[in-house]
Amino acid sequence: MKKERIARWIVIILVLTAIGVPLGSWWLSRAQGTQIEIHARMPENGGWSIDTIQAKVGQPIHLRLTSDDVVHGFALGKSDMESWLSIFPGEYVETTLVFEHPGKYIFYCTRWCGLNHWRMHGEIIVTGEGDPIPGDSLPLFLQYNIDIDAPHYAENIPSSPPSVERGSRFSDRLPNYAIDKQTYFLTSPEGLWLKLRSEPSLSDLSDMDIWDIVRWIWDRQNSSNSQSLGFKLFMALASAAHGESGRGDGVMARGLPVMDHSNMGSGLVRPPDFTDPHVLLSASPAILEGKIIRGGMGTGMPSWGSILSRDQIHSIIDYLYTIAWESIK
Amino acid sequence: MTRLDLTRSPRALALLRSRWPQFLLRAITLAGFIFTILAGLMGSVVGSHNFAIIFVWIAWWTALKLAFIPFGGRSWCSICPIPMPGEWLQNGGILQPRGSMGIGLGKRWPKVLRGTWIQAGGFLLIGLFGALTLTSAKITAIVLLFILVLALALSLVFERRSFCNYLCPIGGFSGLYAQAGPVELRVKDTDICAAHIEKTCYTACPWGQYPLALKSSANCGLCMECLRVCPSENIAVNLRPWGSDLGPKTKHRIDEAFLGLVMLASALVDSAIFLGPWGQLKSAAYNIGSPDWFLFAGAFLITALGILPGLYVGATWAANRFGSTNASLRKSLAHYSQVLVPLGLMVWIAFTISFAFVKFGYVLPVVTDPLGWGWNLLGLTKSAGVGETTSFSLVLQVAMLTVGLFWSSRVALRISETIRQAAPLIAFSSLFTMAMLWLLVG
Repeated sequence: MKKERIARWIVIILVLTAIGVPLGSWWLSRAQGTQIEIHARMPENGGWSIDTIQAKVGQPIHLRLTSDDVVHGFALGKSDMESWLSIFPGEYVETTLVFEHPGKYIFYCTRWCGLNHWRMHGEIIVTGEGDPIPGDSLPLFLQYNIDIDAPHYAENIPSSPPSVERGSRFSDRLPNYAIDKQTYFLTSPEGLWLKLRSEPSLSDLSDMDIWDIVRWIWDRQNSSNSQSLGFKLFMALASAAHGESGRGDGVMARGLPVMDHSNMGSGLVRPPDFTDPHVLLSASPAILEGKIIRGGMGTGMPSWGSILSRDQIHSIIDYLYTIAWESIK
Repeated sequence: MTRLDLTRSPRALALLRSRWPQFLLRAITLAGFIFTILAGLMGSVVGSHNFAIIFVWIAWWTALKLAFIPFGGRSWCSICPIPMPGEWLQNGGILQPRGSMGIGLGKRWPKVLRGTWIQAGGFLLIGLFGALTLTSAKITAIVLLFILVLALALSLVFERRSFCNYLCPIGGFSGLYAQAGPVELRVKDTDICAAHIEKTCYTACPWGQYPLALKSSANCGLCMECLRVCPSENIAVNLRPWGSDLGPKTKHRIDEAFLGLVMLASALVDSAIFLGPWGQLKSAAYNIGSPDWFLFAGAFLITALGILPGLYVGATWAANRFGSTNASLRKSLAHYSQVLVPLGLMVWIAFTISFAFVKFGYVLPVVTDPLGWGWNLLGLTKSAGVGETTSFSLVLQVAMLTVGLFWSSRVALRISETIRQAAPLIAFSSLFTMAMLWLLVG
């Protein structure tokens, strides 16, 4: 009978341990409550488990993030790529955030996790003393009243790849407006080519010489660092729709009909093919900035204005033009 | 046939006679079982980070097919925790033989429900709902909890291990393939048993077996209770050649044929779902209740209940025609079911090898973080990762399937009068092996 009693106690202790370990740990983690645990799920499965977080200026918040389904990412709107986090299924990643300014901050998923990935946003509402979050300047398309939905298709494109080096040889012959920053922002490569083509002082140059000049102007407005950042942002945020090469054949857009301006509004369409030089050489940086900030265009493109900083958007534009220039054969 | 009786070794005998080693293992597995249920209910929804999914469907399921059954027959049943709570109530104690001290109605299991029919049905259900059960920790936990409660409830109504004997699909699986296993429990001297009036072994057996009448290892759960209560030390635990229960003189029932065919169909369908390149099939199997799932379920049931049994009946009918005896088709179906045993066992081993190599990397990470809550109990530095299918794994799978075909063909020849009579069964085995080869190594 003594052995029987020992055996019963062994079973009871083992079973209670098996029950106690998970229950006790769960209770302890709840009791401590020093961290905010957020589960990332595809929007179809519920999105962020917590999509509104309250915080105070200067007081750190500790986030513990995990994914319940696929790989997600976590980033604050307008934050540097270096601070972006990857959230792998079943694994935890932690971060601490401190806010200097009161206001509403966006957090979002940086990985194309599913069809409705772009809906995966949340808010951190920061209250307390201090200056509000510095705002962005008015987008160029609003400042200059540009219709960013007007169809554009370059009728003139270079017959061979333009050369920055050749273009630089004519730099001392250019009118002042040609190298002005505002001209760059508000004029498409084709537009600038047409303007320079009509300059009497450049009439002795060939069409290709003018394209070399335009190429050189575009190059001097962009740094290689900016193009490199633009490439990384494009790959991370846009390639699932636009395709890695920019052809408009990303996994999320395959099967959608090709964009046709005569048939807009009849359903989602594919993003345009950036490797077709007619597309981007007819678009000014202001138009591209407006499209990225606002999104839409019948493609289901999200609005990136509240997510990307203006510098990040310009880096993407810088990179987009490299696609167009390098696609010219 | 040569046998090595383990009870001849005093140490082995002492180990088998003592209830403590087995009791401690069962107590640990019971605690592990309950922890698994809680992990499934409370832990990470990501299967690869949940103890319930990885330990049940990767570690245990693999161990059962690669170790317990091929090297120990029904050895898992001897340490299975599921009947433990019920037996505590039935026996009025946890470390004592069956007696009248406990509670429960002690009714006999209805005759119409005997055999392995329900177990085969349970296995069909596993196949139909497997894609979800095998990937959802919560569903796994609910199934385990249901099994535990059902076994407990049945033990209060019916005598002995009725759940294990007639309902448990894993019991059916283990029992079927234990016939090919290298372990058996038998009496040493039949005269001693015949002269023993009390039959204490039968009274003590939770499986309702009488060791003197034991001809097959299918129904013996290796609990060792008969060995412990035998006053004459007349019980032997033999190591024997593989496949010893399969031969011309052993008796088999038609429900064994059905169980064997269901097992083959399940291996075939599981291979197609989990290893095949058909994403649509996988999502159809996963989306239970959807029109695609009904199509999948229909195809599975047609394979398990129509195509495979049809081919088997055809092969048996042909074998009957080629033989000289006028055995009925029903008897022949039962007789030739033995061919399905080595074939099925080796097919399941090959299937298991195909995923074990790839998925075993998940086992250690769920030990260090069983609930997927970010613990690191073992201080591991690497996170879980999927392994790669190696050429060694592929070679091993082909080898196992080849052994299965050779072994089942050998059994077919042994239980047939002529090669001609065995040929249809060998053709059936060959066809099935080819299908598995295509699915596993393509």
